[in-house]
Amino acid sequence: MNLYKKLNKSTQKLVRTVAVLIVLFIVVSIMDSTGNLTSLMKGLLVPVCAYSLVAVGLNLCVGYLGELSLGHAGFMCVGAFTSALFSRAFQEVIPDVPRFILALILGTIMAALFGFLIAIPVLRLLGDYLAIVTLAFGEIIKNVINVLYVGVDSKGVHFSMKDQMSLNMDFDGKMLINGPQGITGTPRQSTFLIAMLLLILALIVTHNFVHSRTGRAVMAIRDNQIAAETVGLPVTKYKLVAFTLSAAIAGVGGVLYAHNINSLTATTNNFGYNMSIMILVYVVLGGIGNFSGSVIAAVVLTMLPELLRGLSTYRMLIYSIVLIALMLFNWAPGILKWREAHGLSAAAIMGRFKKKEVQ
Amino acid sequence: MSLLEVNNLGISFGGLRAVDEFNLTIERGELYGLIGPNGAGKTTVFNMLTGIYKPTDGAIFLDGKDITGKKTADINKAGVARTFQNIRLFGDQSVLDNVKIGLHNSFDYGTATGIFRLPKYFATEKEMDKKALELLSVFGLDSMADVLASNLPYGKQRELEIARALATNPKLLLLDEPAAGMNPNETRDLMNTIALIRKEFGVTILLIEHDMKLVSGICEKLTVLNFGRVLSQGRTSDVLNDPEVIKAYLGE
Amino acid sequence: MGFLTYLINGLSLGSVYALIALGYTMVYGIAKMLNFAHGDVIMIGAYLVFMCMSNSGMPAVVSIVISIVCCTALGMIIEKIAYKPLRKATNLAVLITAIGVSYFLQNMALMIFGSNPVSFTSVIKWQGISLAGGALKITGNAIVTIVTCIVIMIALMWFVKNTKPGQAMRAVSEDKDAAILMGINVNATISLTFAIGSGLAAIAGALLCSSYPSLTPYTGSMPGIKAFTAAVFGGIGSIPGALIGGLLLGIIEIFAKAYISSQLADAIVFTVLIIVLLVKPTGILGKQIKEKV
Repeated sequence: MNLYKKLNKSTQKLVRTVAVLIVLFIVVSIMDSTGNLTSLMKGLLVPVCAYSLVAVGLNLCVGYLGELSLGHAGFMCVGAFTSALFSRAFQEVIPDVPRFILALILGTIMAALFGFLIAIPVLRLLGDYLAIVTLAFGEIIKNVINVLYVGVDSKGVHFSMKDQMSLNMDFDGKMLINGPQGITGTPRQSTFLIAMLLLILALIVTHNFVHSRTGRAVMAIRDNQIAAETVGLPVTKYKLVAFTLSAAIAGVGGVLYAHNINSLTATTNNFGYNMSIMILVYVVLGGIGNFSGSVIAAVVLTMLPELLRGLSTYRMLIYSIVLIALMLFNWAPGILKWREAHGLSAAAIMGRFKKKEVQ
Repeated sequence: MSLLEVNNLGISFGGLRAVDEFNLTIERGELYGLIGPNGAGKTTVFNMLTGIYKPTDGAIFLDGKDITGKKTADINKAGVARTFQNIRLFGDQSVLDNVKIGLHNSFDYGTATGIFRLPKYFATEKEMDKKALELLSVFGLDSMADVLASNLPYGKQRELEIARALATNPKLLLLDEPAAGMNPNETRDLMNTIALIRKEFGVTILLIEHDMKLVSGICEKLTVLNFGRVLSQGRTSDVLNDPEVIKAYLGE
Repeated sequence: MGFLTYLINGLSLGSVYALIALGYTMVYGIAKMLNFAHGDVIMIGAYLVFMCMSNSGMPAVVSIVISIVCCTALGMIIEKIAYKPLRKATNLAVLITAIGVSYFLQNMALMIFGSNPVSFTSVIKWQGISLAGGALKITGNAIVTIVTCIVIMIALMWFVKNTKPGQAMRAVSEDKDAAILMGINVNATISLTFAIGSGLAAIAGALLCSSYPSLTPYTGSMPGIKAFTAAVFGGIGSIPGALIGGLLLGIIEIFAKAYISSQLADAIVFTVLIIVLLVKPTGILGKQIKEKV
């Protein structure tokens, strides 16, 4: 306890979040082994962690770099397809554990690389342009994957962007990526334990990042770019670092996601614009700049509609209203005045939290 | 060799000649004032000296090194730091972190060291904290180290901006209207602080100011700008008695 | 003759993009915000025309007029409820709200009309003309779309240049604070801009679905994003820029479909966007805006 008290506030918060996640993991595992978990809930465990990871990555970009990316589903997609392709291609060659580790590393690096490449032109642009270009990027990725045909047979690897026939494969050949049908038969290696470990790792990495020399520089650039330049910060470099890290974390989410399903396809709902928006809702609802909040929002918003089945048809509609309402709640002058009058201003709310912490 | 030498500096925005044939020489250790009516081009000169605007013509030498048209960050590394007329702090960060960002280039550890919290991270952060608190204590800001910069009172924000600029270890410090919005008492305190930092940090200072009392009280030399051109230049007492300057300030 | 046919199809599609791009470019120029929901107003407009024509049997012209009126009102309501309170908020907050509105419209449509595509009946009955002994056919849709677009462009340019509200629009886009000091009602001007943009979106929706008849709640989002691309391409804030950008984008898309790959057409269009922004971040006719230090 003494050790805990010595830590600064943000580190304490990280420790609390990690502790909650570990407890949650233990409780869910016990429920699972005693047969108290519906198969629906069980099926959601890994995807929730994957979404949480992407949300943490996006939050780094929105909250600390101060730029809105609408293409994080694209980085998730890159991570998913790279790792699944690797796992499928070397399924019979490399043993399970090292293969998954390699797939994880490869998927993360690929997502980071794409993040880096897209960031070079994009980060020169101003806010709204940046959002639209990241969106365009996500669509390009999805579009290209849907016309990719890759197969392997005794003669080697075959590649086409037209159709399966033009691969000219031998009869015994194995399809790796089959256009719109994507990748099938990826080994399902993403367990809840691995997913939880990766999520905790991502929370620690992002926390340490924003509280380091580099993280401070990133936030300085967000707060006032011109001032940041006049104190000698290399603005482009740090924007690139932050965006690349953010893409890499989204990539990890993609790897988890890919190794949890049998058939991986790139559609609007799982890797397109809709997914990017869904992740954005987690980030906004959990609090921009608040990593733990992103995880909580992802967990609650994924589980809730599944628990209240009737709600699922209205889910997207509710999401959209939540987005608008939250922005109005935080910014509309009329609402701010009302909040002031009823002791609900940001300062008052923060004050209440602080009091609780003292008790 | 002079610390700063500016030769025939000029800039045009579209067809407008904002600054023309601007010459300035500042010796090491001087406290130099740049004055002139509103819209004379004073801040534009600062923006060219710090690389925010690229001059259309002319050259700027710092310590004999040509820094004309270089990137803002590189000019800061070469030894020029500044404050802004409309304060530009990192508002969402603490007072301490604002100064630590100024110390960014004086201390080094990589992004990976930060993420994985290697021993070097803790050692360097500790040193940075110490150095930042030292700087803050000059302005009596050390007791407010944990306050958000945007929550500081106005006068303190101006001082924090100076502390942040000093943290980059500059040879030349540019202050853009440091006394703007301050009452006479605060202005007097500020004059003392400016004199103090010149002595303690051995830094050369160029400041823009409207407050004549402040200017005549601490500046050894002055340059008067009017309509983008140098109207008068030299020792403070000579310049302030120049009939051209009196005419520009008081009208005919 | 294939080339000419593609060119005309490209011009026709480009005209629709240009009409949509107008909505983006005017709102961006005046309110300095990216109205993400604009594409979805097109979809709503198309559904309205569809309901009037196919469900109620009204004539095409009446249907379009009803749709224009409703979309204009919709645009103004959206502005009033969701965007106006956020005038002083950060860009990020406004953008997220606009995304929320876009999502809201899509999902409302999804609940009302369902996700199955409906088959839109063209508002243009004319079969078109046949040139060079039948080797080159130009559809009535294409001709009407291109002509409508050009007429609207000219009318709008005249409006902005010569009328009082038009001048107010230009003044607000140049300097909002100065416009207030000159006694211009900024709120009314922004509202008018949304009204015009949304009215044009209704026309664009009818024309788009006349050429591409499959209508779903998601019909508006892709053309919306592409039209924004067109607006950026031509230089955001510029009316002639929207025309040039829209036409170029339409031609690029149709040619990419015809000569490279129909599945990769979208990817190619977006790649063009990224390249344009790389080379000339302010677009073809755009102006550089610099932060005052």
